[in-house]
Amino acid sequence: MIQDRRSLLKTAAAASVVPAVGLPARARAQSTTIKIGVLNDQSGVYRDISGPTSTACVRQAIVDSGITAKGVNVEVLQADHQNKPDVGSTIARQWIDRDGVDVIVDVPNSSVALAVNGIVREKNKAYFNSTGATTDLTGAQCSPNTVHWTYDTYMLARSTGGAMVKAGGDSWFFITADYAFGHALERDTSTFVKAAGGKVLGGVKHPLQSTDFSSYLLQAQQSRAKVIGLANAGTDTINSVKQAAEFGVTRRGTKIAVLLMFINDVHSLGLQAAQGLVCTESFYWDLNDRTRAFTNRVRGSLGGNYPAMSHAGCYASVLHYLKVVADMGAAAAKASGADAVARMKAMPTDDDCFGQGSIRADGRKLHPAYLFEVKTPEESKGPWDYYKLLQTTSAEEAWRPLSEGGCSLIRT
Amino acid sequence: MIEDLLFQLELGLPQLVLGLVNGAFYALLSLGLAVIFGMLNVINFAHGAQFMMGAFVAWMLLAWGGIGYWPALIISPLIVGAFGMVLEKLLISRLYKLDHLYGLLLTFGLALIIEGVFRNQFGSSGLPYTPPASLGGAPVDLGFMFLPKYRLWVVVASLVLCLGTWLVIEKTRLGAYLRAATENAALVQAFGVNVPRMVTLTYAAGVALAAFAGVLAAPIYSVNPQMGSSLIITVFAVVVIGGMGSILGSVITGFGLGLVEGLTKVFYPEASSTVIFVIMAIVLLARPAGLFGRA
Repeated sequence: MIQDRRSLLKTAAAASVVPAVGLPARARAQSTTIKIGVLNDQSGVYRDISGPTSTACVRQAIVDSGITAKGVNVEVLQADHQNKPDVGSTIARQWIDRDGVDVIVDVPNSSVALAVNGIVREKNKAYFNSTGATTDLTGAQCSPNTVHWTYDTYMLARSTGGAMVKAGGDSWFFITADYAFGHALERDTSTFVKAAGGKVLGGVKHPLQSTDFSSYLLQAQQSRAKVIGLANAGTDTINSVKQAAEFGVTRRGTKIAVLLMFINDVHSLGLQAAQGLVCTESFYWDLNDRTRAFTNRVRGSLGGNYPAMSHAGCYASVLHYLKVVADMGAAAAKASGADAVARMKAMPTDDDCFGQGSIRADGRKLHPAYLFEVKTPEESKGPWDYYKLLQTTSAEEAWRPLSEGGCSLIRT
Repeated sequence: MIEDLLFQLELGLPQLVLGLVNGAFYALLSLGLAVIFGMLNVINFAHGAQFMMGAFVAWMLLAWGGIGYWPALIISPLIVGAFGMVLEKLLISRLYKLDHLYGLLLTFGLALIIEGVFRNQFGSSGLPYTPPASLGGAPVDLGFMFLPKYRLWVVVASLVLCLGTWLVIEKTRLGAYLRAATENAALVQAFGVNVPRMVTLTYAAGVALAAFAGVLAAPIYSVNPQMGSSLIITVFAVVVIGGMGSILGSVITGFGLGLVEGLTKVFYPEASSTVIFVIMAIVLLARPAGLFGRA
């Protein structure tokens, strides 16, 4: 008995020492355990659109893939990057160097997303970004190790911006979060507005995480623009919309274009304040039989939250990756993230969340973008019954053309 | 020239009114901080979390108990105030003899814990809370702008409460005891006044003020766990500018800085979150005790 405990202790000690010493990657590659790290915001403003729900969706993908039955073990780690690029980078490095993580998934917040992008490429692992918005991931900073799955600023601008102009909203005023993401979203949307014959009358840039937007809304009204474009996210968007409703902005005919909104934001706003808003997502739980089936499978482990497109992206990207792992073998997939991603690009995608699709050479996942209108409280028949579909932008049209991104992978 | 000026005025006047609304929140929150600091010598960093709790308790009362906005305006501060009392008795009261820094660290830690618990329970994107029907509906036409009725109510409620608190502390016997106790607690106790109990109640009152502001904020700001922490730093700047512990100072600077911030949002919106800190730096250089503080 004592002997047993001692040997147990020895094994435990050895196990804890080995990763710290850091064996060469080759030694570790022989094990058939795939390690997936879910890196996102677990405690801040993006917790509900990423956070624990993303991890639950990744676990669901592992179950649905049936990979365990094929003799491959999959382990899931999760960590909080606190929306700080330095924290995110440190975790990514530790995961890869010390814990032998093969895949990093999710990573909201464009600045953290880009920081992690560089590290994964340097270490030749795989990176599936779902919740980051920046088009740079498949443009100037594209990488053979990265797939940008769910959405980006170009797709949002095209779907929401284009539709608003078509519906007669030809003069715009922007309320923009004063950092890279907001600027990019405003720029992309302005391009579409102008291309469709609309005008941009002005805009105001507000500090991140403001509480009072009434002053900006008033300036927007004074500009007499027909559309107020909200190029912000999370609580900034929620506060903007809530206060726009309070000031009766839409009562006098002005339209609000929410350029980035997730279903969790709608839930937080309540239909009373959110009704009639138009937004773009690439997944909605109640879109079709397959999305409903997925939601039913995963819902029990979400603690009351519902999956948004960001969560669906975590699920679908991991599911697709595990298909490739089953195909090429876990050892080969672990040995080179770039090889695994190349196989993912070669294989057409098919999952319950996004249907059939594909991954382009620059790492851009292609699927349709859906323009939704938020239901009125009377139209909503149950919990989280929030959207009605207005329009679908096809996978061919929704994304920035390959030639315009400036991705260096394309020339080779 | 005159037309130009009129245009500027037309642009600026509504912003001043909105600034006043924000100022109402700054005033209410900094008032609570000033009361607590003035009487307890504790820098209550948990004030933002208590503000947030006020809003959340109002939401719970509505969602779970069907209790509407008006009763919540009374009940929520009472509940959160009682919670403050427990905190004071169990933890904060042990630190009175130590440096300010300990109180600051303790309350800061408490704020983080409270926020974490709420985030774990309710997520981070917030919960919906609509204004009461009697204050909803079409905004009021002021001639130069449309102002929601609810915002008018916020200004009125804040002014009344600030004035009331000032009167209690400056003009009543209870207030006199309080002020005396801050000067010399031992002596006041010798006269038969239960000083520890008074201090506990003062802390609870300060906390209740924060919770009241939280309920006021619930219908117009997003009710989320970080709603307090984004406001509290600004409010601390207000308190420093007004003079630590000065009741009247915190109220006047609260409203004043709301106005300054409102104007900044028109002329240079990017700086709207920094302007208060610039003013704080200038005031600290010129008058280290604050505008209304006694050095």
